[in-house]
Amino acid sequence: MPTTPAPAKDRSAVRTLLRLWPYVRPVRVRLFTAAAIAVIASCTGLVIPLVLKWMVDGPVADRDSAGVWLGALSLLLLGAAEAILFGLRRWLVARPLSHVEAEMRADLYRHLQRLPVAFHDRWASGQLLSRGTTDLMLLRMFLAFPLTFLLVNSVTILVGVTIMLLQDWTLGLVVLGPAIPVMVTCVIFENRYARVARRAQDQVGDLTTVVEESVLGIRIIKGFGRHRSQARAFRDLSFGLRGTELHKARLLATIWAVIVTLPELAIGAALVLGTVRVADGELSAGTLVAFLSTALALRWPVDSIGFLLAMSQEAATATERYFEVMDAEPESATDTGTGTGTGTGTGTQERAAAPGGDGLRFHGVTFRYPDADPGSPPVLDRVDLHIRPGESMALVGATGSGKTTLTALVPRLHEVTSGWITLDGEDITAMPREELRARVAVAFEEPTLFSASVGENVLMGAGGDADDGDLERALAVAQAEFVHALPQGTGTQVGEQGLSLSGGQRQRLALARAVVGRPRFLVLDDPLSALDVHTEAAVEAALRRVLADTTALIVAHRPSTVLLADRVALLSGGRVTAVGTHHELLNTNAEYAHLMSGDQEADRR
Amino acid sequence: MTAPTTASPTAGDDEDLTAAKEHADAFDQDVLPTPPGATGTLLRSLLAPMKARVALTTFLLLLQQAAVQAGPLLVAYAIDRAVPAFREDDLGPLIAVGVGYLGCALAGGGLQYAFLIASARVNQDVLLDLRGRIFRHAQALSLDFHERYTSGRLISRSTTDVESLRELLSEGLQELVTVVLSFLYISAMLLWLDLGLGAVAVASFGPLYLLVRIYQRRAGRVFRTRSTAIASVIVKFVETVNGIRPVRAFRREAVNEADFRVLNQRHERTNGDALLEMARYVVGSRLVANTAVALIVLWGAQRVADGSLALGVLAAAVLYLRRLYDPIDRLGMFLNSYQSAAASLEKIAGLLAQEPSVPEPTAPQELPARRPGMPGREVVFDGVAFGYRTGGEVLPRFDLTLPAGQTVAVVGSTGAGKSTLAKLLARFYDPTAGRVLLDGVDLRDLTTAELRRGVVMVTQEAFLFSGTVAENIAIGRPDASREDIERAAKALGAHEFISTLPDGYDTDVRRRGGRISAGQRQLVAFARALLADPAVLILDEATSSLDVPGERAVQAAMATVLKGRTAVVIAHRLSTVEIADRVLVMEHGGIVEDGTPAELVAGTGRFADLHRAWRDSLA
Repeated sequence: MPTTPAPAKDRSAVRTLLRLWPYVRPVRVRLFTAAAIAVIASCTGLVIPLVLKWMVDGPVADRDSAGVWLGALSLLLLGAAEAILFGLRRWLVARPLSHVEAEMRADLYRHLQRLPVAFHDRWASGQLLSRGTTDLMLLRMFLAFPLTFLLVNSVTILVGVTIMLLQDWTLGLVVLGPAIPVMVTCVIFENRYARVARRAQDQVGDLTTVVEESVLGIRIIKGFGRHRSQARAFRDLSFGLRGTELHKARLLATIWAVIVTLPELAIGAALVLGTVRVADGELSAGTLVAFLSTALALRWPVDSIGFLLAMSQEAATATERYFEVMDAEPESATDTGTGTGTGTGTGTQERAAAPGGDGLRFHGVTFRYPDADPGSPPVLDRVDLHIRPGESMALVGATGSGKTTLTALVPRLHEVTSGWITLDGEDITAMPREELRARVAVAFEEPTLFSASVGENVLMGAGGDADDGDLERALAVAQAEFVHALPQGTGTQVGEQGLSLSGGQRQRLALARAVVGRPRFLVLDDPLSALDVHTEAAVEAALRRVLADTTALIVAHRPSTVLLADRVALLSGGRVTAVGTHHELLNTNAEYAHLMSGDQEADRR
Repeated sequence: MTAPTTASPTAGDDEDLTAAKEHADAFDQDVLPTPPGATGTLLRSLLAPMKARVALTTFLLLLQQAAVQAGPLLVAYAIDRAVPAFREDDLGPLIAVGVGYLGCALAGGGLQYAFLIASARVNQDVLLDLRGRIFRHAQALSLDFHERYTSGRLISRSTTDVESLRELLSEGLQELVTVVLSFLYISAMLLWLDLGLGAVAVASFGPLYLLVRIYQRRAGRVFRTRSTAIASVIVKFVETVNGIRPVRAFRREAVNEADFRVLNQRHERTNGDALLEMARYVVGSRLVANTAVALIVLWGAQRVADGSLALGVLAAAVLYLRRLYDPIDRLGMFLNSYQSAAASLEKIAGLLAQEPSVPEPTAPQELPARRPGMPGREVVFDGVAFGYRTGGEVLPRFDLTLPAGQTVAVVGSTGAGKSTLAKLLARFYDPTAGRVLLDGVDLRDLTTAELRRGVVMVTQEAFLFSGTVAENIAIGRPDASREDIERAAKALGAHEFISTLPDGYDTDVRRRGGRISAGQRQLVAFARALLADPAVLILDEATSSLDVPGERAVQAAMATVLKGRTAVVIAHRLSTVEIADRVLVMEHGGIVEDGTPAELVAGTGRFADLHRAWRDSLA
């Protein structure tokens, strides 16, 4: 189930991670302060062995009780300082880092809401969700630990090595020996790990997609008793993920083994050499103790580099995945759309606003999905259609003829490939999307209700000034008075987290939502398909009054819906092939007659 | 563009209103009751099958720690023994130190490698098991559960909640075992080196334990809130992404953003709280540890000074002490992931504790062989009544027999109980009283596989799974050949549009069929049903998005391909009713009219009214 478009460019981990800077910038002061504090705290830890050395070579050897007390007291102070500094570091970054994560998630959400519908068609929502959750958590952890500690540990190692070299440079060099092989291993490992980490994260996204689909499609799975095959698909994917995770573990285990063994060997060598030199009297016992204790204190900083790099690598992958979405071009408030008006060669004068109301016009509108093969036949091919002001036009065509696509072009859910659409003579690409969508109200065939109250769901179709009167009027038009019988009336929560309503009930609410704002332009996609005959008749009667002074485009499958409209346009082969009244077309157009009656004879007539 | 609402409920009719009240609070707040001890039982049952491997992993770690912790001992030996020996030209002890250190280093590294691989295997297998369990259980739970639990929460359970267990297993458990082992080793070493110094070190565990307990209690609370907070973030996220078209068309962006901000900030706050708890713990435990180090050094140094302790022993003790307290941060990290995983496991356990209200039979029966030439089966509702557990009867007691091969249309207004009748027949629900019999066998005695060979239901929401068109049709019968699939599509007139798709039957429907129209999706859904070849077919508003020719094609297919099947058709379009042998008119949960279409049209009842209205609408 390959649901992720191929990753764009191959960037180095560091360059990828640098893209996080805009989000980190606002908290940089705290973050840097915290890092500085961590460095100080770590170095405090390194001073402790020096105090020990002083105690062993000085007061202990001299049996100076006061000196011992002094030493222990300084140890206590240093220890307290270290504890408080480490705590301070965490306290400084706790809120800011949660904030960075939240900001990035909010940005992702904002961006997703503004990405073209075509983008959402392409991307599985599980992949988007895993970017908004797991990936961002990884990034927060990266900022909290690896980022700080790669710096802190480097400084600690540097200071520790300096201390060791100052105490005894031969022993120091011995301990430094493994540095280069360890670094080489890290580099090789980093590259391999990056690839595997990316695969694991993508597999998590695919797994999320399967989970989501299996929940959303539960009725079909149950209806056909297919939970076994669904479970098998899930198992295959999770087995794949397990394999990748084990691969990751092998890489990680190798690096750990190298990082743990080599420095330990060097310390062993230093111990032997140091013992010889203490025996020869070239080195004090205190120095050896301090030296080894410093070397051991450096063990964690060195050991941890392996997993810090691994976490950084995963963070880089997460960043890459995050920005794959963020880099996608959103629709802007106003723009000329993608490829609008090109290719038709028509003059711009024609597009100038016509005087007064001109209704809704399609001018040579051609549409092909952005990801479709450019050579494939377009879904809509030079559609010309004029819906006069106040007129309602039914759009009829065979299943899959592009009716829904045509309606999606009006509120600019998709952008026309060429040609243009005007509202009252004004090119829709010339007005802000916000305004366009305020002027055009839509009811989709699949009525979506949001997690909000019934009232809110309906009123979201109107501007902010709509009141209860408007709500009641809209509910009356859509024959949706059933809401008053709900537990909390119009305040009842519906949608994903609320009460379940039947298809017909949802469709009526969606219709109420479309008409509540008394829009000048109305686009209805088969708005009555789930209604029973009585309700349909009642809705139609009410809708006729609304449609009297509204310019409307209504997708219709049935004669009853068609009769709502003044005229009918027949969409066939991507073009409007006939326009006229229902009765005209019924008598003159065989295809139309077939669509309306289903009789094969009508076809041949 | 399947709407998010289809994720949840839809289903039925007004009767669902009553159902929704039940447990509404537990569901609303995402706190399903978790039976006491369920979390622990779950964790144990996950680990039980790998006892041997867990033991092996622990053993590897035991050896690895032994190798690693030998270091300071060798240092003490070097200072106290090798130095004086070397001065007397005895190289033995020095060589012993060198070889010992070399051995320990190599063994430490090798064992580390072996341990990491072994533990990764255990972890991944546990996760595989858990992911599978959640998935299978969610699939087994009945529709009434899904109608209330929401998809976002289920997704959250199987993603973020499993993820936190992954963290616990891959980092946390290893940390814990390492910490415990090194505590034990080092304490033993210290006690062995010097009883007094060791005793001070062991005494410091008291306050450390107290700190751990306090942290555990406080962080537990925070993590539970955080898990709920992220789940509601996910719910909102999924709802928006899946409903992107209406979000756009109704300019919901700003409102959504504000809503999302609230949820996101709630998560941010709890996240910050969790990190702060950790900071408190770190300060406290470090203070205790460093104080203990200072005390031990003070006392040890005094004793070295008065000669009652060897210098090497003090050196080793100090080196061990540094190591003893090194892992307390890591203990914190473990507690962190433990608390977070515990909160998640609790939620997972709560989900797994939900009993499917439509359970598999304990003693399954088989359907009798179909009679030759009669692919349909007889359906009997025997004294069936249905109501939701909260009370409020939806379908009062009724008896109904549908002879094999009959096509029955069920009509009636919204909320009359048509969908409930269909769901009882499809065994999406079980009746509260009475039995539903298929050729004399109670549906409750059939396994899912057997049941679905008998009864298949096609609903109005035609959901497409990611994959190809052919794969989507094959859901009806996974072992169907390409010819079977194409034959089904052709019978419904779906072949035409499928062949015009870029890759024909192999076209990926992408994200839940954004590019395939609603009518086309209903045809695909029908093709599934055709392929499944059931004895009883239930169509619940399954033709609502089809145009007239499409509906005719479906009817033709039912007349030919499905001839002789028992069919229950719920439709608002009376055109569908024309092909029925029998019509049931339902109202307020009861069947008020029953007869052939001709009889009812000729009569004066409700159906005659409906039919007249429909005729008028065709005018």
